[in-house]
Amino acid sequence: MMAAFLTAVLAGIGDGAVYALIAVSFVLIYRATGVLNFAQPGLLILGTWVTSVLVVDRGLPFWVAVVLAVVAVAVVSMGVERVAIRPMIGRPVFSTALVTVGLFIVLLVLAFRLFAARARTIGDPWQLERWCLVEGEVTCAVSLYQHHAGKVAVTAVVLTVLGLWLGRSRIGLAMRATSLDQEAAMAQGINVGRMFSLSWALGGGLAALGGVLLAADGSVVQANDALFALVALPALILGGIDSFRGAVVGGIVMGLVSGVARVYQPVHAPWLGPNFENVAPYLVMILVLLVRPYGLFGTKEVQRV
Amino acid sequence: MTSATGTGEDRAQARGTARLTGRSRTLRSGTRRGRVPRSARRGRPRLYTSYDADSALLNTPAKRWWTLAVVLLALVAPFLLSRDLTHLLSVAAVMAIAGIGLNLLTGYAGQISLGHPFFMALGAYTGAVVAGAPGSIVLGWELDLSLALVLAAVVPGAIGLLVAPLATRVRGLYLAVLTLGLLMLGEQVFKQWAALTGGSGVGRAGALPVLFGNDLTRTYAVGPLLLPPHVSLYLVCVVLLAGLGVAARNLARSRSGRAFAAVRDRDIAAEIMGVNLLRTKTLAFALSSAYAGVAGCLYAVLIGRVAPEQWNILMAINLLAIVVIGGVATISGTLLGAAFVVLLPRLLEWLAPWLPFVSTGSGGLITIFQLQSILFGTLIVLFLILEPRGLFGLWHRVRTYFTTWPFSY
Repeated sequence: MMAAFLTAVLAGIGDGAVYALIAVSFVLIYRATGVLNFAQPGLLILGTWVTSVLVVDRGLPFWVAVVLAVVAVAVVSMGVERVAIRPMIGRPVFSTALVTVGLFIVLLVLAFRLFAARARTIGDPWQLERWCLVEGEVTCAVSLYQHHAGKVAVTAVVLTVLGLWLGRSRIGLAMRATSLDQEAAMAQGINVGRMFSLSWALGGGLAALGGVLLAADGSVVQANDALFALVALPALILGGIDSFRGAVVGGIVMGLVSGVARVYQPVHAPWLGPNFENVAPYLVMILVLLVRPYGLFGTKEVQRV
Repeated sequence: MTSATGTGEDRAQARGTARLTGRSRTLRSGTRRGRVPRSARRGRPRLYTSYDADSALLNTPAKRWWTLAVVLLALVAPFLLSRDLTHLLSVAAVMAIAGIGLNLLTGYAGQISLGHPFFMALGAYTGAVVAGAPGSIVLGWELDLSLALVLAAVVPGAIGLLVAPLATRVRGLYLAVLTLGLLMLGEQVFKQWAALTGGSGVGRAGALPVLFGNDLTRTYAVGPLLLPPHVSLYLVCVVLLAGLGVAARNLARSRSGRAFAAVRDRDIAAEIMGVNLLRTKTLAFALSSAYAGVAGCLYAVLIGRVAPEQWNILMAINLLAIVVIGGVATISGTLLGAAFVVLLPRLLEWLAPWLPFVSTGSGGLITIFQLQSILFGTLIVLFLILEPRGLFGLWHRVRTYFTTWPFSY
């Protein structure tokens, strides 16, 4: 009983790490440009596709392919910002969010075209290997898939490096200044446009990495899997749309919720139907928003007259 | 306002002709055109002289003629067009109803919603249960379509009322994701509730088209005109669209409509001015849900069979595209947008033979379906960047060109 729960929790944290990574990619873009980028699923699936092509068709080592894919998607993302988002500066948030919805469709169709309606694999370093943490009488009682551990490790390393870089470096300081107040940043000689490009590039790169990690459990990917990125949306809202810490916490929580739901819901509440774990995060999000309309760590908008 | 006695008022106006604006409070606001002496009107025959005339539904002769022309064209169209084109136009009319609903919420009241298809589904299933045929598992009471349409507005409207308090607490992008959650949860519920929806991947038929006791699957003769099923359905859709469209325009220029706009532009400022935020947002939500419900019911009737998977995020994006491409916060724009979005695939099909890079099968550079979606996304982006007022904005430019001619810039 306890063992099954622990296994579910471990798996949930593994998936949660990826959600956290994707949610952080949303926050990066939101903080810099004030846009909730609905096109993120498109960037994610693009990253997975590039990795797949490089590993399966070109035979590159997995990690080299991942780095190349992340860079490629970062460049695409930067281009997208330049072409579609830059002209929207100063327009209502709603319009800019809608622009990204338009981009989402374009990227999704592009993904369908690239995948040609077939499923692909990405070579992955973990496959379905697992460690046995607690031996049971007949089989393993508590097991940990390597890919779950790997997801947590990669996410932890990437987010730590990102956090340090944002906190300590000159460019990181400039980015934070831009997200606080664009005009003041401009007055201090910061090239705000470049900061926009940079945050979109980082956001796109992280999304691509998230996509690769999502797919890195020995399963196959198809274009439709882009919609998995939408699971990061409740995580993002749960944590608060503009908080890095919130994105990480929200991601882990949503991973746990969906992991535990996957194990227990079919047994205890089968009437909720198959694939309930995919919508459980939304249920949690709605419940949390009832209590805290700005999420757990989100900035509460000050109402001044 | 009580009207002043005749002669005194006339004299006052005669004196005030030189300073019309300063005297305008002596004009009767109740009559359609206030009484302005001929001399003041000279050279300005269409001068608005009352608030009512200025805010009238069709306040210029051009608008009156255009409306008449469009209504006539819409009524004649099904008798001139082929069966499938008529069907397509009916779908466009239905999507326009849903689009108007979304425009009331998103365009006028500024509440971003991605959950509109959820309410369409509610309307479709309400209609299907009330007026649909019962199947082996699905419910159906086989009542009249008129009752089904009313209930298809009431039930989603009521659910909208229930959801609204939650939606009024959160704003902007939070609301967008919240309504997306509503859509996802709704899809899950609809997939499970087979007695209502026929179940995942199976689906069920919509309401039976029996309107006021007349079975619309039969052909009727009205005078010299023959009304085959597709034409009568089209006429039902168009009449409903006209009624609901006029209702929405009236709402938009009423007290509530102005409250919507105030909330959209700056909700805190609106609240200070005495607009009841909760009431306004709730009204917007409930109304738009009711519109969506009617549209959903008709959509299911037209399409014939709807599966729970159909009410997904892509449909939400289609509806947003109708609002954005047509023109945010315009009703006539929404009609244009719906026609555009629904007819675009057909247009591309016609053009396909002349587009060398489009293939009809697999292989080739791009399929029609993909081209259509890409065009869709690109158009949303382009319209928002270049012409935020959409197709209506383009029309507006043309209109301004002619009204200001020869002084057009």
